[in-house]
Amino acid sequence: MEHHQSKSFPISHVIGFVVSLVLTFGAAGIALKTNLSFKVIMWIIGSLAVIQAGMQLFMFMHLREGEDGKTNLVNMIYAVFMVIVIVVGSIWVLTSGHAAH
Amino acid sequence: MGIKWDEFFITGDPLILGSQIAILLTMIGAVAAITYLKKWKYLWTEWLTTVDHKKIGIMYIISAVLMFFRGGMDGLLMKAQTARPEMEFLNSQHYNEIFTTHGVIMILFMAMPFLIGLMNVVIPLQIGARDVAFPQLNALSFWLFFSGAMLFNISFVIGGSPDAGWTSYFPLAGKEFSPGIGNNFYAVALQIAGIGTLMTGINFIVTILKMRTKGMTLMKMPMFTWTTFVTSILIVAAFPIFTVALALMTFDRLYGTHFFTVSGGGMDMLWANLFWLWGHPEVYIVALPAFGIFSEVIATFSRKSLFGYKSMVFSILGIALLSMVVWVHHFYTMGSGPAVNSFFSITTMAIAIPTGVKMFNWLFTMRKGRIKITSAMLWALAFVPCFVIGGVTGVMLAMGAADYQYHNTLFLVAHFHYVLIPGVVFAVFAGLYYWWPKMFGFMLNEKIGKWHFWLFVIGFNVTFMPMFFLGLNGAVRRAYTYSAESGFAPLFMLSAIGSIILAAGFAVFCYNIYWSIRYADRNISSDPWDARTLEWSTASPVQFYNFAKLPEVKSLDPFWHMKKKNEGLTLFDSEIEEIHMPSNSWLPIYMGVIFGIAGFLLVFEWHIAAAVAAIGIFAGLIIRSFDYNEGFHVKKDEIHRIENAWRKTEGEVHDHVS
Amino acid sequence: MSAKVDTSLPLEYQTEQDRMNILGFWVFLGAEIVLFATLFGVYGVLYERYAGGPTHKDIFVIKDVMIQTVLLLTSSFTMGIAIFEMRRHNLKGLITWLVITLALGAGFLFMEINEFIHYAHEGATMQTSAFLSSLFVLLGTHGAHVTLGIGWATMVIIQLLKRGLTPTTARKTFIIGLYWHFLDVVWIFIFTFVYLKGLVA
Repeated sequence: MEHHQSKSFPISHVIGFVVSLVLTFGAAGIALKTNLSFKVIMWIIGSLAVIQAGMQLFMFMHLREGEDGKTNLVNMIYAVFMVIVIVVGSIWVLTSGHAAH
Repeated sequence: MGIKWDEFFITGDPLILGSQIAILLTMIGAVAAITYLKKWKYLWTEWLTTVDHKKIGIMYIISAVLMFFRGGMDGLLMKAQTARPEMEFLNSQHYNEIFTTHGVIMILFMAMPFLIGLMNVVIPLQIGARDVAFPQLNALSFWLFFSGAMLFNISFVIGGSPDAGWTSYFPLAGKEFSPGIGNNFYAVALQIAGIGTLMTGINFIVTILKMRTKGMTLMKMPMFTWTTFVTSILIVAAFPIFTVALALMTFDRLYGTHFFTVSGGGMDMLWANLFWLWGHPEVYIVALPAFGIFSEVIATFSRKSLFGYKSMVFSILGIALLSMVVWVHHFYTMGSGPAVNSFFSITTMAIAIPTGVKMFNWLFTMRKGRIKITSAMLWALAFVPCFVIGGVTGVMLAMGAADYQYHNTLFLVAHFHYVLIPGVVFAVFAGLYYWWPKMFGFMLNEKIGKWHFWLFVIGFNVTFMPMFFLGLNGAVRRAYTYSAESGFAPLFMLSAIGSIILAAGFAVFCYNIYWSIRYADRNISSDPWDARTLEWSTASPVQFYNFAKLPEVKSLDPFWHMKKKNEGLTLFDSEIEEIHMPSNSWLPIYMGVIFGIAGFLLVFEWHIAAAVAAIGIFAGLIIRSFDYNEGFHVKKDEIHRIENAWRKTEGEVHDHVS
Repeated sequence: MSAKVDTSLPLEYQTEQDRMNILGFWVFLGAEIVLFATLFGVYGVLYERYAGGPTHKDIFVIKDVMIQTVLLLTSSFTMGIAIFEMRRHNLKGLITWLVITLALGAGFLFMEINEFIHYAHEGATMQTSAFLSSLFVLLGTHGAHVTLGIGWATMVIIQLLKRGLTPTTARKTFIIGLYWHFLDVVWIFIFTFVYLKGLVA
């Protein structure tokens, strides 16, 4: 991060921004303008969202910066685990068996 | 908004009228006593505005003991009502309220604050730090907890108690079936307390990660620090789920949304799902620190290092991870299908493995140890067999198919009391006897402590053991009475007798506190148990800055080795430096009060008034943002004076173990 | 708690207390992720329970959603630039970019409030169906976070104007920056799993 200070142009931010825009419009295009099946579209745009979120974390939020970079990484991995448990778990439990009716 | 003033106070029940009068008299008495003794200023500067982790911890513990009394009274009332068949001591509505508040208070306002209190007192000392990472936030956590607890407790004299069970399942807890405001108290009070708990979790994660003294690597941390760390992680991972669940409940009840309702496409089972997504980790949030306490107590009084330290750490981590994926075992019978139930049966049974590892570690720690039977150690010894009964019946319940037999019977109730009482209550008693001298500079009486122990443990077993058999015979939980023909009467009576013995144990505990405050020897050593961890290397009661010189750690059980090698125990004048400490603040208690007021108004659905009160919350946040108070420095000669006072007059221990 | 200052690091990391605050905030963000995950889970369970009321396709307006998305995405970028300027010790640049960020955030909020009003006119309110309850609460929680963020950042700007760049003000700015980026991350998922998913043919 030391060398960031001397730089006069925030190149990584600009790249991140452009890629984010591309991913956003790409996802919208795939979702709204193609005839792929619902499942395929969801897998594609879901992956694009995850990539974009990862970019924000690493390029804008500097997740791994500083002496606690490793801790932050573990923290986020655990958060992702929790997200999967809560979202996938809840949907699975509540839409199978009698619960679905 | 639909709330009638004449329903504001609960009237017509002699028990509640008695409580109302008692509460009023107690409050008047307390105010009068403080005024008479001219203690208002002392109370304000030393306690209410304090940011000192030790005082905050003590306030947590005092609140927890009071809540223990309240929750225990609820329990006794239930036992009295079911002592004989067809009793008419409490009516069904009153009984519903009592078992609801008993559950909520015992878990959230007794177990949690008791453990968080001990964590507050002990953790910074164990890791060789001068306070937690965010002392003012810590005070805020306490005051939010306290505010939530008080809001919940006034429900039984003002407005009506929640009555849908501590789990508050929908659709029963919804507006349609519970139109009164009792369940609003549940939604709002737990929300306020929950925010406080979440902040405690964040605080302790950062404290333990960043403030360990020199040389204390993660794998050299005392076991109580480890369990507190993992518990804090669980708090941060699980409490936001509860926050959302309670918010959605509030929306359903107050603003007509359809999350859990029967109409409008809502799904009642979603509540159960969210509740237990938080609720199961919550069980481990209270159990893990308790395991940590037992680890400290057993190691100290066996005079050995904890057996299998590494396996202990990994089993804690394993329990933490597994505890997140077992929640469905609380509602197998709702019918999620064989795939779901099988998955959660397997994960649930798997939790028994790391727990078993820990059991053997404790047993092997004691093996060939020179065991000292103190009160604290007695609790740890009784914990092992009692908890195993709870654990093994848990494995029985874990099997989805078999659970259809046990579900909602007293077998389940007996099971979780066998887990939570040995696993949490025994632990906080052990911890209290063990750390009491560190907190106050004198010990609790060991002889009275043993009376407390035996009455409580015998009472506990006599109360809950019969409930296993009642449950297997088909007695359901949450039923306010039963017929004489059921044949349940003798066991229910036995259980009621047990509860009286249990209550006698608690009374002896209170008497012990009273006796020890009045008569206990003040001239004791700062290390009366010959203990192993850093909290015992400083004065008792601990001076406000904890350590004049931060200790250096080279191994596990650092203080034990410091004593063995006689290094780092003395303090040279040249080593004294100025110490930076945080200042007291009125903001945390202000926030607690304002949250309480806003919450109270919201409970009564007086939305505009609640919104006005909420402005006070934002005002507090803004004041905090502009607060640049950097704390103060303790001068060298003051440290000198304080250190000399306890180091020179190091007391002798008089009969600390009978 | 020690006041030791390590000047080799960026301003916001210079004291131990600042480093603890930043780590603490990351942990808090972990909790926020769980909070939003729960709301997404609830939405995922309830999203087809229309109870005879309007469906996604009846109420979503993709053009407005795209504008909202670009506004928030750009504000996340400008917040990044603000922190970049802070690291160059350029107070004026920092404040300028912060103000631009907040203006974009306010634009987003304006769009969102309009969106809610539009839904209400279509007969889609929080009380209509489980789908709409979960939609409004998910979007509303995010919107409330943005509102709070704007108010909070305003406080920080006032402190920057009053005190200039110090380790403390830099830390506060850095933390609000993290918070702002996080809100954008949440929006990415709302955009994908609420709007796009609802509109897929």
